Amino acid sequence: MSTDVTNIPINPNEKSHIDVDSVTIRFAGDSGDGMQITGTQFTDAAAVFGNDLATMPDFPAEIRAPAGTVAGVSAYQIHFSSEDIKTPGDDLNVLVAMNAAALKANIGDLEEGGILLIDEAGFTDKDIEKAEMKSNPLEDGSLNGYRVIKANITELTMNAVKETGLKGKSAELCKNFFTLGIMYWLYDRPLNHTLKWLDEKYGPKTKYKDKPEIAASNKQALNAGYNFADTVELFTSHYRVKKAALPKGKYRKISGNEATVFGLLTASQKSGRKIFYGSYPITPASDILHGLSKHKNFGVITFQAEDEIAAIASAIGSAYAGGLGVTATSGPGICLKLEAMGLGVMTELPLIIVDVQRGGPSTGLPTKTEQSDLLMVMFGRSGDSPLPVLAARSPSDCFTMAVEAARIALKYMTPVVLLTDGYIANGAEPWLIPDHAAIPEMKTNLASTGESFQAYARDPVTNARKWAIPGTPGLEHRIGGLEKAQNTGAVAYDPENHQAMTNQRHAKIAGIANDIPLAEVMGVKDGDALVVSWGGTFGTVSTAVEECNKAGMKLGHVHLQYLNPLPKNLGELLNNAERVIVPELNMGQLRMLLGGTFGIKIQGINQVRGKPFKVSYLASELHRILETQK
Amino acid sequence: MTTTITPAEPLTRKDFASPTAIRWCPGCGDYSILTTMQGILPTLGIPKENFVFVSGIGCSSRFPYYMNTYGFHTIHGRAPAVSTGVKLTNPDLQVWVITGDGDALSIGGNHFIHALRRNMDVKIILFNNRIYGLTKGQYSPTSGVGTVSPSTPYGSVDLPLSPISMALGAEAGFVARTSDNDIKHMGEVFAAAAAYKGAALVEVLQNCVIFADKIHEPYYGRNERKDNMVYMKHGEPLRYGKELERGLVLDKMTMTPKVNPAEGETLVHDEKESSGALAFLLSRLSHPEYPVPVGVFRNVERPSYITAMRHQIDTAQAKNPPSLDKLFNSGSTWTVE
Repeated sequence: MSTDVTNIPINPNEKSHIDVDSVTIRFAGDSGDGMQITGTQFTDAAAVFGNDLATMPDFPAEIRAPAGTVAGVSAYQIHFSSEDIKTPGDDLNVLVAMNAAALKANIGDLEEGGILLIDEAGFTDKDIEKAEMKSNPLEDGSLNGYRVIKANITELTMNAVKETGLKGKSAELCKNFFTLGIMYWLYDRPLNHTLKWLDEKYGPKTKYKDKPEIAASNKQALNAGYNFADTVELFTSHYRVKKAALPKGKYRKISGNEATVFGLLTASQKSGRKIFYGSYPITPASDILHGLSKHKNFGVITFQAEDEIAAIASAIGSAYAGGLGVTATSGPGICLKLEAMGLGVMTELPLIIVDVQRGGPSTGLPTKTEQSDLLMVMFGRSGDSPLPVLAARSPSDCFTMAVEAARIALKYMTPVVLLTDGYIANGAEPWLIPDHAAIPEMKTNLASTGESFQAYARDPVTNARKWAIPGTPGLEHRIGGLEKAQNTGAVAYDPENHQAMTNQRHAKIAGIANDIPLAEVMGVKDGDALVVSWGGTFGTVSTAVEECNKAGMKLGHVHLQYLNPLPKNLGELLNNAERVIVPELNMGQLRMLLGGTFGIKIQGINQVRGKPFKVSYLASELHRILETQK
Repeated sequence: MTTTITPAEPLTRKDFASPTAIRWCPGCGDYSILTTMQGILPTLGIPKENFVFVSGIGCSSRFPYYMNTYGFHTIHGRAPAVSTGVKLTNPDLQVWVITGDGDALSIGGNHFIHALRRNMDVKIILFNNRIYGLTKGQYSPTSGVGTVSPSTPYGSVDLPLSPISMALGAEAGFVARTSDNDIKHMGEVFAAAAAYKGAALVEVLQNCVIFADKIHEPYYGRNERKDNMVYMKHGEPLRYGKELERGLVLDKMTMTPKVNPAEGETLVHDEKESSGALAFLLSRLSHPEYPVPVGVFRNVERPSYITAMRHQIDTAQAKNPPSLDKLFNSGSTWTVE
């Protein structure tokens, strides 16, 4: 097929429409094929249209793994719906595969009878060989169970953009927009959002102003893809996903890492403390560094340190000097920061440590998600070294929990760990823009000149010590990693004091339980089991519990955003439950924590595949467990 | 209405002495460094509350406890990184880092290099006693080959490094050396480091009376000093000896110690030499082949990290004052009616 289809008029109304509630699409191609942009554009169009949505990018750890290999496959998944959704979807309704490797890596997730859009140009003998496939799937009948739509998208794109003057590899690169055009036709979406974006990105007011052919050819490719789908009758009908009945208000799309950045900036404004962000680049946390670096107008200091240790050490230095010290990293970086976190605990300085978790141990799976740092951040320090641990439950919840982490750090003078993960950090969802004026101001514990100051005298309610900032006359004092005498903060090694100070540090953190929300049971209260989840699995677990309950099961669900201290009523809820089931993306860390804390037997659903749970998997596991003996 | 402002009493050495009992061994070289520092600070014209002393781990790192200023005794090797956060957050503070040869050059080598590379405006005082004191006498990165210690009973086979060469290699703009037994010289060097705008490194030849006693004695002893150390002064010939009868002569790449050099033959010290090559050459001179240089090796201006960072922030704030409203509503938005 090499017809010039660019000038055929758009007439979308001739085909019939089929209404569907929700659709999951995955765009998959080589990491150079622009699949992340394609997915993001489709997502923006769905968001602006008014769908609820959730997304999940999936890209390789290598920047450019050998083209055409399975290692180099990059994918972007979007679940959009006319209903309230909390996950990026289980099985795919549509898979776009730009080459054989992309097909091989993703076909297992396509539903039976699902739509498979294929660029034939990515299925040459060489592509089949690079993907290490035994035969060409387009010919061997292995795709018979799907609705396969084949087109030589590469060639069609080259022809479509010919008149813009773009040639060769540059012209070929427009194929992702041709593909996007096809998908816009299939889901009856207007092109104007993406056309506008291309102008903003490559238009006359950008650094590409001397290369007008870039914007022109991508726009041409988008239109051509749309017209192609319309003309050659690739599909018998459009699918329509109506607007979702979301709460009224103004929305924007937000990813977890963006939300963390917004939360930190908000905390800075609400506390009057400037952010000092010490960081060393690491996947998947670097976007927080990139994000904060753009907002110097908030007085943010971003410091790209020489290593993970310097990143946290400089943040501790800033906290000592009166800044809102923040560092973020992923598991391997936390390993390096643990000693300094202990210094933060001993010196009782406000500090925020964000851990965007990824698969481990060691370098592990840099771009894949996991929840396996919980026990490390809880206990991975010398001595008894308690600190608050929070966990965000969704991309937009990273905003709420980053604000909360700062509130607790400043009020209680303590390092706070905020756990997110690769899945919610890179995933995105609509965010109802909050009224910033409604977010309360944050109190700090500043000591001032003239007061009788002792470095470790504690507030009778919060147990927090005062924050005496260098530069304040009369409050000169010394702190450090050695054990402190009660009240005075002088170095002290005597046994009674160490016991007393250890107790005080524990009491301070445990007391925060009075200042956080109680655990709430969703689903069926006093049912056959209580499902307890934490962090980024909220969407999948709550959806699975809802589905199970619709199917007649009686499950309660508690989701934890506070891991230390735990909500005050959690022990009672767990002790009264018929049985307790903890699904988590690790080998049983919350299960061990709750079992040890409350002395109860817990059944786990544990998976470490670098991906979020599938709702269907969770539902079947819940069924299976309830059929077994406790 | 008139207000009478009582001028603050000028600060004295006493203002900087903390009530904490000092726990260094009797005879330790650290005492004279402490006294010198307490004597220099009142002369700098900086309010007491604006001094911060940050240290790592080791005998030297107890120093902040003995200064009646703001102080932070951190963790092993990380003081330059902690001090970076202190200084960037409040550039009005004068920040001193107190460290030792193990703390700065071994476990903290990375932070030492990068604080100097960035020209972070902190003053690093490195107490070099060429031994690990607090862990009871193991050899350090500046111990000579053959050092017998609890961890090297047959003698160390590790090759040492020079903190001065290391600092110059890290592009430091101010690099100096002094000794714990010459309080006057030490005071001058500390004051020069304080006056320098940027990262300053001062190596103090310091005696550990317990584990490496008299390690520096062959060159810095009262009777040895004149023939075995050269006091570098900017713009002056590098002369030494009891009668200043000796001089350092540079021929191509080779430095030669000469008795009675000819008029004009002796190398003239230039701490402003821009490439750092002269400073590096001098940093390589060691006892007994050469006199050990003390004084300022290098004192050149370098761009300031803090100034550049503040400029970016101030420009951004002037152009676009912070607004959460604008932030939240940036990018594509849509309204659900």
